[in-house]
Amino acid sequence: MSILVLAEHNNEILKEATKKAITAASKIGDPVHVLVAGTDCANAANDAASTEGVEKVLHAENSQYKNMLSEPISELLIDLMSEYDYLVSAATTNGKNILPRVAAKLDVSQISEIISVINGKTFQRPIYAGNAIATVESSTDKNVITIRTTAFETAKESKSTAEISSIGIEKNPGLSEFIEEKVSGGERPELTSAGTIVSGGRGMQSGDNFKLLESVADKLGAAVGASRAAVDAGFVPNEYQVGQTGKVVAPELYIAVGISGAIQHLAGMKDSKVIVAINKDDEAPIFEVADYGLVADLFDAVPDLDKELEKIQK
Amino acid sequence: MKILVPVKRVVDYNVKIRVDKETNAVDLNNVKMSINPFDEIAVEEAIRIKEGGKCDEIVVVSLGPEQSKETIRNALAMGADRGIHVKTEHSPEPLLVAKVLAKIIEKESFDLIILGKQSIDDDCNQTGQMLSALLDCSIGTYASKIEIENDSFVVTREIDGGLQTIKLAKPAVLTTDLRLNEPRYASLPNIMKAKQKTIDEVDPADLQIEMQPKVVTKKVEEPPARIGGGKVDSIEDLVDKLKNVSGVI
Ligand SMILES: Cc1cc2nc3c(=O)[nH]c(=O)nc-3n(C[C@H](O)[C@H](O)[C@H](O)COP(=O)(O)OP(=O)(O)OC[C@H]3O[C@@H](n4cnc5c(N)ncnc54)[C@H](O)[C@@H]3O)c2cc1C
Repeated sequence: MSILVLAEHNNEILKEATKKAITAASKIGDPVHVLVAGTDCANAANDAASTEGVEKVLHAENSQYKNMLSEPISELLIDLMSEYDYLVSAATTNGKNILPRVAAKLDVSQISEIISVINGKTFQRPIYAGNAIATVESSTDKNVITIRTTAFETAKESKSTAEISSIGIEKNPGLSEFIEEKVSGGERPELTSAGTIVSGGRGMQSGDNFKLLESVADKLGAAVGASRAAVDAGFVPNEYQVGQTGKVVAPELYIAVGISGAIQHLAGMKDSKVIVAINKDDEAPIFEVADYGLVADLFDAVPDLDKELEKIQK
Repeated sequence: MKILVPVKRVVDYNVKIRVDKETNAVDLNNVKMSINPFDEIAVEEAIRIKEGGKCDEIVVVSLGPEQSKETIRNALAMGADRGIHVKTEHSPEPLLVAKVLAKIIEKESFDLIILGKQSIDDDCNQTGQMLSALLDCSIGTYASKIEIENDSFVVTREIDGGLQTIKLAKPAVLTTDLRLNEPRYASLPNIMKAKQKTIDEVDPADLQIEMQPKVVTKKVEEPPARIGGGKVDSIEDLVDKLKNVSGVI
C-alpha cells in the first residue's frame, strides 16, 4: 500500500499541514513517500527526509512548480501515481485545488477532508458544516484523499534520514500562468497552526478596531481570525476567515469577539479546546459552544482584557 | 462567448440539519431547500459578464430529482437564458457530476464554465477541478475577481496566505468564492419571464456514463456534542479561569 504525500513548503521547511498529512498517511499504511516540488527547495526536501514516517522523498526541481499551479503539478502527480496506491495531501487551498484534478484523471473519486482513518478503504469525514459525520468506503484500488489538519498530529522529527531522489519530468500543459501573489504574512503565527486565536466579527465595526484584538493577540502570542461578515465588510483580508468555507482551526484557546456564532462560523472553530465568547447579546448562539461566555460590550471588555493580561505578564 | 453554470439544489444554509438515528442519514423531510450559495454567486457572475457585453448565452444545468428544476428556474429568473435538467434520483458524487457535465460540454461547446467552489451539503470541493481534468483545460478555483481578455481569463483567487492572480487559457473552468459578487434577487417580472424559458431534459442513460458511485456512505452520525454555555461575570473572572482552571494562558 504505497502512499504519496504532496508537500507544501516555503523552500526551507515543510508546512505544518503537510506534517499532519504525513501522520494521516502513516495511519493508512506504508511506505510513505513525499513529493517536494518547486524551485530551490532542497532544504524543504531535507526537512521531509527527516520527518518521522517518511521512507523516501521525491524532489522535483523545476520553475514550473514554483507557485503550485494546478495544471503542471497535477500532470507530475498523474505520472507518479502509476507507482502508488494513495495520494494524500492536507486540505489547504493548494491541496483542495490540485488533488481532485489528479483523481479525475485516475478515474477515481476524491475523499475530502477526512478526520479519521478506519481502515485503508474506510474513512470518516464531516458533512453539512460538521453537523454530521459520514463514514465512507471507497471501492477503488487507487485513492485520492485530503485530510483535515485539525484532526491529525504533526509528524515529529525522525532520528534517521530518508533517501532523497531527484526526479525530473518536463511536461507543462502551458494552460496557466502565474501573475502575482499578495500575501500579508507578518510576524503573527499562522491561523491554522496557532495555539491561540483571537477572532473578531461584524461587532468590531471597523478594520481599525481590530487593533484592539491585535493588542490582545500580541500578549497571548495568538493569531487573529475573523468571521465572514468581518471579511466581507473589508475589516480584514480574506485569509482571516474562519469557518465552513474558510479555515478550520482547533487551537487550545479561541476567543470570539462580536461574533454571533452562525453554523458556518462554528464549523470552523467548534473543536477548539477552550472557547471564550464576548458578545453583548446574551442570546447569541456562540454562547452555546463557549466554555466561558462574557455578556458585555466588546469596546469595554477587550481593553479590560488587554490590561488584565498585561498585569499577569508582569 | 457561451457560459455554462452548473447549479445544485441543497439544504438552505440557514437550516441546522438533524441526523436520523434510525436511518443513519441526514433527515431531509420538510427541510427548506435552496440553490447552493456558491452556485448562486456563479450565476450572478455569468450575468454580470453578459451585461458587460462579453457573453452571448448563459446555460444553467442541474443534476438531481424533479425539484432541481426549481433551482434551474431560480437561475433563469436571475437572468440565465436556458436550462438543462439531468434527471437523477439523488445528486451523484462529484466525479459523476463532472463526467455528465463533460458530456454536455462535448455536445455544445462553452468558453467558460463557472461553478461554486463547494456545495454546502457534502462540502466536497471537487467538481470544478475534476471537470477541468476531463476537459483538459485550465482551472481557476476560489475566484474573487474574473477579468476577461481576448483568449484568456485573469483570475484572482482566495488562497490560504492571501490572494493569487493567474492567467488562464480559454476555455477555462472557474469556481467561485464568497467575495466574487453579491447575487441579485430575481424581480417579479423576471420570475414570470423565466417561466417561458426552455429547460431541456436529459436522461443520464443517453449519455453512456456508468453512474455507479465509487465511494459509498456507510453511515452518518451526529458529531460529539460540545458542552458549552458557561458564563463568567467579569474580565478578572475570565482571566482567572483561563489561567487557573483551563491553564491555557
Ligand atoms: C455559503 C456561505 C458560507 C459561509 N461561510 C462562512 C465562514 O466560513 N465563516 C463565517 O464566519 N461565516 C460564514 N458564513 C456567514 C455566516 O452565515 C454569518 O453570516 C457570519 O458568520 C456572521 O458573522 P458575524 O457573527 O461576525 O456577524 P453577525 O451575525 O452580524 O454578528 C455580530 C455579533 O456581534 C455582536 N455585537 C455587535 N456589537 C457588539 C458590541 N459592541 N459588543 C459586543 N458584541 C457586539 C452582536 O450581538 C452579534 O452577535 C457563510 C455564509 C454562507 C451563506
